[in-house]
Amino acid sequence: MQKSTFARSFLTATWLGWQIESNWTDPFLFAVYSIVKPIASAAILVVMYGIITKGAFGDPLFPYMYLGNVFYMYVGAVMTGVSWSVLDDREHYKTLKYIYVAPVNIPMYLLGRGVSRFITGSIAVFITITAGVLFLNVPLDVTKANWLLFFPTLLVGVIMLAMMGLVIAGITLTTVRHEGFAGEAVAGLLYIFSGAIFPLDVLPAFLRPIGLAMPTTYWLELLRRSLVGGVAQAFPTLAGFSNLELFGILLALTILFSFIGINTFRYFDHKARERGMIDRTSNY
Amino acid sequence: MSNQTERLTGWRLFIATVIARAYPRVIGQQRDISWMFFDVIMPLGSVAAYVFVYRALKAPEEYIGFVVVGGAMTAFWLNVLWSMSSQLYWEKETGNLALYIIAPNSMMAILLGMALGGMLATTLRALVIMVVGSWMFGVTYQVASFFQLFSIFMLCMTALYGMGMMSASLFLLLSREAWHVANLAQEPIYLASGFYFPIKNFPFWVAAAASIIPLTLGLDGMRQLVFPSGPALGFMDVRTEIAILLALCVVFLTAARYLLAYMEKLAVREGRLTESRR
Repeated sequence: MQKSTFARSFLTATWLGWQIESNWTDPFLFAVYSIVKPIASAAILVVMYGIITKGAFGDPLFPYMYLGNVFYMYVGAVMTGVSWSVLDDREHYKTLKYIYVAPVNIPMYLLGRGVSRFITGSIAVFITITAGVLFLNVPLDVTKANWLLFFPTLLVGVIMLAMMGLVIAGITLTTVRHEGFAGEAVAGLLYIFSGAIFPLDVLPAFLRPIGLAMPTTYWLELLRRSLVGGVAQAFPTLAGFSNLELFGILLALTILFSFIGINTFRYFDHKARERGMIDRTSNY
Repeated sequence: MSNQTERLTGWRLFIATVIARAYPRVIGQQRDISWMFFDVIMPLGSVAAYVFVYRALKAPEEYIGFVVVGGAMTAFWLNVLWSMSSQLYWEKETGNLALYIIAPNSMMAILLGMALGGMLATTLRALVIMVVGSWMFGVTYQVASFFQLFSIFMLCMTALYGMGMMSASLFLLLSREAWHVANLAQEPIYLASGFYFPIKNFPFWVAAAASIIPLTLGLDGMRQLVFPSGPALGFMDVRTEIAILLALCVVFLTAARYLLAYMEKLAVREGRLTESRR
């Protein structure tokens, strides 16, 4: 049966992205490379926490911080996965113009290219959480976790991140290779506004509204609540919201960001075509 | 033209090569200044996040300063990693590497040119994090010795870029894995070198092993010299750290020279300079 352009673009790009990401080495080495970076990033926080609290890993702040940081890995991975493809195809493989002239839906193609990073990110998330449970007293009990909340939240969150990645991908179409890490840079900035590693109350009052407008804030809160329940709910920022309310907000913000993502991409895509930037290379 | 080529030998050729490689980067950065937003402003976010973690943990104030200084120094590590070492892989993919080898110049000069060309963005990023970070979070500095501070910074940079050149030689041989190797060396180095916390908190031998990376001792020494409580949290005496950094400068620069020459020969022999395993 003939697949739609949407599905074909997405699935082919997913396969292509996975090949590019993984076939440069054997699976073991690939797995090692994929998890060392995020684990090191989590270890930085663990060491910082350990130094200041003298190893009080039983405090509720620790699982809050640890799980927030772990799931935040998806933010950088998905957003970079989607946006980096533009530079990779345009400047490295020099295939972007051919993709543009092929019967391919470009946004779906870019979203597909981001899937491989989501998969490697998921492996890293799983291993880091397991390490946290085994060695750092993260109070996660798989039999008590709310999986019915966890999986829909994860799914909606990943769509939301992909749409944010599409915004960056659009911008990347019109910039040179300096901004190779635009996805990671944006993820770095959002790190403070998402309540990932500290409750939003720690932020100065004038910055808190930015955090409350970010879908990642609600996404991380729901993921934490679904896994460690009451421990996560103890922090005051979003304590007044029920899980359903938080999910509703996340869903609404995801729809909003999808609208922004698609339209921003369209705008920059048009601009890039108009200015002849689709096959530009910048070997600085 | 032939006279000009004859004149450019020895150190003159070296300098000319450095300028020639730095030139496109400097000009390129002026043509599209959007990098300022992504490379200078946005990294402030991650630094601020670590500051707020310490605030959430009610850590002593000097730790905030440690994060700001460490955050500023990440710029130099990223420059070495992405604009110098792994850049050779990119140059190979785009076809420039073979031209570098054909031209009668020093590979060290090309690498230095890459580093200096990217220094505008790097220095700006470091300065913005230092100045804005210090202003935002009320970090104050009390310099114990300007001479030692200058010495340790310069030695740290020299050893770091020497190490970058040395590791760049490996990238002459690498193909697609180069990207992943560079990626692998980012966060783990932030962890091992104590970018956001004092390295003294690691067991002695772990900290000693991490000291092979010049930024570890450079950061530790600078923190000891600019914060009143720095010496109490320092790994080694500043003078010892300066001596070790001096030794690292000699080792890395010498090793870079020999390794680059060796790897270049090896890459030529094995036909790796123009390969593109896609």
